Amino acid sequence: MRVFYGLLAGLLFGAGLTVAEMVNPLKVQNFLDVFGNWDPSLAFVMGGAILVAYPFFQMAHKMRRPVACEDFQMPTKIKLEKRLVIGSAIFGVGWGLAGLCPGPAVAVQSFAQDSSFLLFLATMAVGMFLARAVNLYVLR
Amino acid sequence: MITQFTPWSSLLGGVLIGFSAIVLLILNGRIAGISGVLSRILLPAHCKSELPWELAFVVGLVAAPFIYSLAGGVLPALAISPNALLVGVAGLLVGFGSVLGGGCTSGHGVCGLSRLSKRSIIATLSFMTTGAVTVYLIRHVFGG
Repeated sequence: MRVFYGLLAGLLFGAGLTVAEMVNPLKVQNFLDVFGNWDPSLAFVMGGAILVAYPFFQMAHKMRRPVACEDFQMPTKIKLEKRLVIGSAIFGVGWGLAGLCPGPAVAVQSFAQDSSFLLFLATMAVGMFLARAVNLYVLR
Repeated sequence: MITQFTPWSSLLGGVLIGFSAIVLLILNGRIAGISGVLSRILLPAHCKSELPWELAFVVGLVAAPFIYSLAGGVLPALAISPNALLVGVAGLLVGFGSVLGGGCTSGHGVCGLSRLSKRSIIATLSFMTTGAVTVYLIRHVFGG
């Protein structure tokens, strides 16, 4: 069942990104272009998601265990490390440069014509692999 | 180039993304963090038990636009920078930064903010700021 729920969640996520046009790099860059062709749409996407998800995150606190598995695995860190701020800052630079973040970069592959989308996915995977290795074996 | 402000379809898309996060949270007990999912698939280390649902999640994510168009939905137009070097470097930064920072727009931006996590609020402010500064620089300082 966990695999089916994973698939369902992926489908919902991809559908959301498509309906909201967040797979279009230009639209994302226009959200970030506050002093230019500003398009506030992305804030409504995040707002809509948070609005429906928030009560369920509250509810999860009161549940002993999730429906289809033994335990909740929630982030446990509370310290504000340098890694958090610097990593996020680096991510933001790349996000601004191309207008793509990990979700759309994956979802767009089923219909993107321009090979640049595949190039982005490939270099993103390299970056992720490197950072995961750094997280696991260097900074630990 | 201008894009149309689309408050309603954006809200609807956001609600769908919210439901995705709810499915993973309430049923699977996990956070819908795409950079985390992808990085664990690339290097599973000690999270091999998570691999099956994470792979299924990615399959769903890729299949969704395709199914959407089969069902009669109109796929959005796409416009990406013609500069391949810039796109390649951007991918590297997005991949490295999101995993180093412990999350991207989904994990920190949607789930983290829904949990009112202080770390995620800081992370979101951080990538929103550098993202906006980057777009300002490439569009209004160096021209684009």
